[in-house]
Amino acid sequence: MAGGAASGGSAASDTYKEARHWLLMPSWLVLGFFVFAPVCVMVIYSFLTKEFRGGVIWEPTLAAYDQFFFDRGLFGDSDPTLQWTYIEIFWRSIWQAGLATIMSLLIGFPTAYFIATRPDGTRALWVFLITIPYWVNLLIRTVSMKFLLRDEGPMNDALLNIGLIGEPLQIINTNLAVQLGLFYSYLPFMVLPIYASIERYNFTMSEAAADLYATKFTTLRRIVLPAVKPGVIAGCILVFVPSLGAFLAPDLLGGAKNFMIGSLIEEQFKGNAGNWPFGAAASMILLSMVLVLLLIFAQQQRRAGAAT
Amino acid sequence: MSVNTDVKTYTGFRAMTLVCMFILYAPLIVVTAYSFNASESITTWGGWSLRWYVDVFSGPESAKFQQAAVNSFSIAIIAATTATAIATAAATAIVRGGKYRLRTPSLGLITLPIMVPEIVLAVATLIFFNSIGFTRGYMTILVAHIAFCIPFAYLPIQARMQGIEDTFEHAAMDLYATKAQAFRRILFPLMMPGIISGFLLAFIVSLDDFIITNFVKGAGVETLPTAIFGSVKQGLKPNIMAISTMLLSLSVVMVTISYFVSKWDNTK
Repeated sequence: MAGGAASGGSAASDTYKEARHWLLMPSWLVLGFFVFAPVCVMVIYSFLTKEFRGGVIWEPTLAAYDQFFFDRGLFGDSDPTLQWTYIEIFWRSIWQAGLATIMSLLIGFPTAYFIATRPDGTRALWVFLITIPYWVNLLIRTVSMKFLLRDEGPMNDALLNIGLIGEPLQIINTNLAVQLGLFYSYLPFMVLPIYASIERYNFTMSEAAADLYATKFTTLRRIVLPAVKPGVIAGCILVFVPSLGAFLAPDLLGGAKNFMIGSLIEEQFKGNAGNWPFGAAASMILLSMVLVLLLIFAQQQRRAGAAT
Repeated sequence: MSVNTDVKTYTGFRAMTLVCMFILYAPLIVVTAYSFNASESITTWGGWSLRWYVDVFSGPESAKFQQAAVNSFSIAIIAATTATAIATAAATAIVRGGKYRLRTPSLGLITLPIMVPEIVLAVATLIFFNSIGFTRGYMTILVAHIAFCIPFAYLPIQARMQGIEDTFEHAAMDLYATKAQAFRRILFPLMMPGIISGFLLAFIVSLDDFIITNFVKGAGVETLPTAIFGSVKQGLKPNIMAISTMLLSLSVVMVTISYFVSKWDNTK
């Protein structure tokens, strides 16, 4: 998604050169005013003092970031010690998103490979089947997952009936439920970019490897994987990034014990107990992590582009 | 020379693909099946029935869901239409505007809403509306939706436009068409498949949005996702299965239309 959009195409046609600034004006106005400006205001808010009931006082301070990393005791006068509560929530989010990414890769790679090696006629149909679930409302998909995984849900019923388990598995409200939810939410994002790079892979290279007595596994590991690495990395980023800031899966499937960044941020803006500068600071930290990942990704893609 | 298929195929990959399809579709199929459950409880199966669909339209919660549906659909139609118009103009400037300094920053700005995590965009929008004194409600949802729908409308339109050679509009202008005429009579009709896909994707994205809407909606204004979320928080009920199945079918229909429209090649 990111790579294709950033280039904007190489065709340097200039039929509408004179009108280009007028044509861009509406998007600048709307996106500048309602996306770019809000992100800037959020940055400012993260450095402001919180007011008692959800607002801010216009006094610059680092209090929000300080609260994130340090504990200064009940009255704020003790020596600062590292505050693990929020760091742990971020760490858990990275861990959960990471596991969801690995699960998607394990299922997504073989799927992408299988689809890319189908004959021309059926390939588009397989891709279409992978795309459909992505366009179904994320909330509905998460609710479906909750319904399926419940203690008395259809999955436990089925497993009990075939005698695989003696009593219902308790999956809902565990870390596993959140991982499964994230995995299920973003699985199509893993398959599609990997599929796109395998489709461009030249299979005569696999043949050459086989001719030189490479085993199939060696061929996969030493020839196919390096060739399709940009697609694999793109897939991992596209699953990891939205999983990191996800709100619905941890909220609906995880329960109160499996808090992630998304829920921490949301909590700061609900009701009167919220701390807006703190919520803005947590959002800033999340945004910085994502931007670093996207930069690494962009560099990786550029290097891959230069290599070919 | 034919490629030896033995080298290409890996045992187990077909099975993994079937597992993948099963995972993707099982939850949706189960919810669809249970939306036709005659039983009062979501756990026991009581035979086939349409009672929960009747309940959605005339039951105790029907007024709430109807209002939410009116809000959701009117916002989705206005937001997708506006975003598609803005995106079409922007794509023309990016793909047909030659090389210029503002081109790359403009592209960056257009794709910004899909780069920023959704929850961060939600926080930023809420803080912004609050700091400039906008009262949260229908209008704030609409404006936020127009903004984040733009990249989704833009990408298919840009992709389509890149595939249209500029010889078409040059031919028209050689025959004394003005640039505006060449756009309206030649380029715009050729771009139509991209514009339709862009509109449909923007429409679905707007209809589906929960996180940003939840932040900027204010008290009392609900869209379908926020109404469903509120209801699910009270516990899973069969009428939610029925609404979900209807929304799910709508998404499938629209994506299918979008798929066939994008295959349609009218440059020949």
